[in-house]
Amino acid sequence: MKTMDHDFAITLDVGTSLANHTGSWRTVRPIYVHRLPPCNDACPAGEDIQGWLSFAEAGDYEAAWRALTKNNPLPAVMGRVCYHPCERACNRAHIDSAVGINSVERFLGDMAIAKGWRFTPPAQKSGKKVLIVGAGPAGLSAAYHLALFGHSPTIHEAGPAPGGMMRFGIPKYRLPRDILDAEVARLADLGVRIEYNSKVSDLQTTMREGGYDAAFLAVGAHIAKRAYIPAGEAAKVLDAVQVLRSMEGEDKPLLGRRVVVYGGGNTALDVARTAKRLGAEEAIIVYRRTREKMPAHDFELEEALEEGVMMKWLSTIKNVEAGAITVEKMKLDEKGFPQPTGEFETLEADSVVLALGQDVDLSLLNGVPGLEMMDGVVHVGPDMMTGARGIFAGGDMAPSQRTVTVAIGHGKRAARSIDAFLRGETFASPPRHELASFDRLNTWYYGEAPKTMRPMLEIARRSATFEEVVQGLDENNALYEARRCLSCGNCFECDNCYGVCPDNAVIKLGPGKGFEFNYDFCKGCGLCASECPCGAIAMVAEEI
Amino acid sequence: MTQAKTLQPDEARQKLKFYQKGTFTVGNRLVSEDERSVQASEDRSNALTSGHRACQGCGEALGARYAIDAAMRATDSDLIAVNATGCLEVFTTPYPETSWQLPWLHSLFGNAAAVATGVAAAMRVKKKKTRVIAQGGDGGTTDIGFQCLSGMFERNDDVLYICYDNEGYMNTGVQRSSATPPAARTATTPAVGPAPGNVFGTGKFLPKIAVAHNIPYVATATVADLHDLERKVLKAMSIHGARYIQINVPCPLGWGAASCDTIKLARLAVESGLYPIFEAEHGRVTSARKIRKQVPVRDYLKLQKRFAHLFRDGVDDPRVARLQAICDAHIAEYGLLGDEDEA
Ligand SMILES: Cc1cc2nc3c(=O)[nH]c(=O)nc-3n(C[C@H](O)[C@H](O)[C@H](O)COP(=O)(O)OP(=O)(O)OC[C@H]3O[C@@H](n4cnc5c(N)ncnc54)[C@H](O)[C@@H]3O)c2cc1C
Ligand SMILES: Cc1ncc(C[n+]2csc(CCOP(=O)(O)OP(=O)(O)O)c2C)c(N)n1
Ligand code: SF4
Ligand code: SF4
Ligand code: SF4
Ligand SMILES: [Mg+2]
Repeated sequence: MKTMDHDFAITLDVGTSLANHTGSWRTVRPIYVHRLPPCNDACPAGEDIQGWLSFAEAGDYEAAWRALTKNNPLPAVMGRVCYHPCERACNRAHIDSAVGINSVERFLGDMAIAKGWRFTPPAQKSGKKVLIVGAGPAGLSAAYHLALFGHSPTIHEAGPAPGGMMRFGIPKYRLPRDILDAEVARLADLGVRIEYNSKVSDLQTTMREGGYDAAFLAVGAHIAKRAYIPAGEAAKVLDAVQVLRSMEGEDKPLLGRRVVVYGGGNTALDVARTAKRLGAEEAIIVYRRTREKMPAHDFELEEALEEGVMMKWLSTIKNVEAGAITVEKMKLDEKGFPQPTGEFETLEADSVVLALGQDVDLSLLNGVPGLEMMDGVVHVGPDMMTGARGIFAGGDMAPSQRTVTVAIGHGKRAARSIDAFLRGETFASPPRHELASFDRLNTWYYGEAPKTMRPMLEIARRSATFEEVVQGLDENNALYEARRCLSCGNCFECDNCYGVCPDNAVIKLGPGKGFEFNYDFCKGCGLCASECPCGAIAMVAEEI
Repeated sequence: MTQAKTLQPDEARQKLKFYQKGTFTVGNRLVSEDERSVQASEDRSNALTSGHRACQGCGEALGARYAIDAAMRATDSDLIAVNATGCLEVFTTPYPETSWQLPWLHSLFGNAAAVATGVAAAMRVKKKKTRVIAQGGDGGTTDIGFQCLSGMFERNDDVLYICYDNEGYMNTGVQRSSATPPAARTATTPAVGPAPGNVFGTGKFLPKIAVAHNIPYVATATVADLHDLERKVLKAMSIHGARYIQINVPCPLGWGAASCDTIKLARLAVESGLYPIFEAEHGRVTSARKIRKQVPVRDYLKLQKRFAHLFRDGVDDPRVARLQAICDAHIAEYGLLGDEDEA
């Protein structure tokens, strides 16, 4: 009938095949999914790294910083001290090298400080008061999230300044104090109250007197572990925490020309590097096992070695006298444990600093009913609540890998649980997406782009000053680095699915809005899923 | 279609190199609309629209939309297509439906080039600027349509001829064509006897024959490299006279491959060197697309049932090495290895 209206020789209307719904051929259907990027999965602070990188790669740094600080209030600090487990998990490492997540984080943190970006205060206040004990990363993080929830957190801090081990442990050449101060000031600006020189010695009393509805304990681990070493009267034996702490005061520690540090963790390295900067000619780390077994991170050891710190592997200190120590050589048994050999050696040493780890001072918890201790730390549930109702704990005083990042993650988790607790509920974390593992990606679509190296201060300047060792990226580098992200498991609007469908069955909804499948015409060939670079499409069986 | 084209296709290609996620993908949210591919656009013409009856994952349906949409962009949609008989004609236009959204006509299996010549002449007589494309499968092009095509080249008629090369007569049940690769099993070259599959040493590579006609423009392309394909169609439409583009379009049905592997197969065909991608102007090869991540041809063959007889009982048939030698010869002839910038 229709053909009657047409010009000569025209028989069919354009696009009349649209009446033929080929979607009925389908046995599997594509669906858009989100998968969990391995970086996010590995971040102890639970950052949505892929998410904030996607703003950064578009040059929208403020949006990136806001997305980042949804989970972590201290990006400029993190961009310096975090051991970045995210980068070890990053899928890009299978292609060339991991995305420099940590350096972009620092770039954003520094930019936020330079531009004076502030947090948006909550619209409403709950009127609930939460006591936080300790202004280290765990306490600060919990306070931040509680403040955003609208509660009123007050931090009681024993010391004269905020930061915990970020100030009294980590040396300045890794974390300049103006950076820490700027990020803490932003928290105070949001309404976090910190009372300094206000040690909590009896938790129950403080809670009662302050009328607190809940408490988060984050006192860290500050009591230096000792080892019994016979020492002469004039021998100078110090502990690492005390040495690093006194770096913050007026009187710098007197360590002498030859300093021996005993231990194999990051703290030992920090002390040895600090001793070098204080003018020691020799800083020797004595460690009873081998480099492979050392708990310190490789890059930190490298930096220390570059600065002239020396290592004495497989050795234990047997005796300390004024001016000298005796060490015994060790060898590893089949199980990898160090065993004495009976061979001794004397080393010159003006002082010995013990860096053997720290214990938690749990005295403030005396008399709190229900609390349980395990291996010298406070036992907490998955919601960070201790055995005592309404009392939560996290950071170094709870079971933890003892890093700033873990502490920040604990603070966040505790804040969410406290918020739920204050409303008479229990916090349930949303189900985790399936992992966006490397085999989910179609890496053909990613260009070649090796990681930008962060410029290093010249070695010569490093050993003499407390200037920051690792420098930041400039904007060009940061943008380049952000664009190296593969966007694992989450659509980055590459239009591949929209392009490769032979049936035009993908509808593009416009910038930022993503895509939809038109199941009237999708035949279920699976090309979109195969050619999606980042694994954001899954094929699922149709019910037939 | 509304936006102005500020960048030439070659410039756009240079620029996109700096995006680690946008260099090879269809689109790139970080660059402006006019620097993206035609296929990335929300208002691409979808010249070949939904509801067509091509098999799941058909490379020919995809290649045809890629090419015609680009030509529509280049001509402001003032375009007519003439189609030879074959899958592309049958799956798009079973009476009383058609998927085409441009003036389109079909006559016979072997005469598309001649019909297109006539349409172009008619447009000239009517003083219209309407551009003409002829298109068909490899059978309709390299075999039965070859005489008409050679004549069109020889007369330098103002037609772009696009051949969708799926390496066989697919529409009639996968028979061998002169573009079927050696060793491939088809209905007429069964995988039986001492030399199973298609024979070595016969067949023809039409792009080279087209080059020998000294026409203004000849190119090969692949559905695995959209940017390259669109660039070539846009370039061809900027030229008048006889032009030829041959696009490698995997056929899941005829090749015995998974429908989701169509683009992957096209990619492997190029990255192994089996399908050289190049362009030529006035009888001279001017550029070749470099292999980005070289793969052994085995990786390509293994995914297709038409080559399954080469891998029986877990051992590679000696003919796998002969196919590899063909790849190596292409790599040497067209200079397919090395850095793209050196070209
Ligand atoms: C030398 C050194 C270097 C380190 N380097 C790194 C690094 O590079 N990267 C990394 O991720 N981690 C590093 N760490 C580990 C990291 O610093 C800690 O894991 C982290 O600071 C723990 O956070 P926290 O909040 O649990 O406790 P802390 O940071 O220890 O803070 C606890 C706070 O509570 C206060 N407090 C204690 N008792 C009371 C009380 N009764 N009343 C009130 N206040 C109290 C303390 O004064 C302190 O301010 C390092 C540790 C050391 C020692
Ligand atoms: C003169 C003539 N002979 C044979 C046929 C039957 N026929 C229709 S399509 C076709 C094969 C088409 O092969 P090709 O051109 O490669 O296109 P494809 O279907 O593979 O895309 C044949 C043999 C015909 N239509 N006309
Ligand atoms: S590539 Fe990006 S999303 Fe993937 S793991 Fe690395 S940083 Fe995360
Ligand atoms: S193919 Fe590209 S546009 Fe489509 S879902 Fe994957 S990332 Fe997003
Ligand atoms: S037989 Fe091949 S070319 Fe024909 S419609 Fe099916 S997939 Fe496409
Ligand atoms: Mg064919």
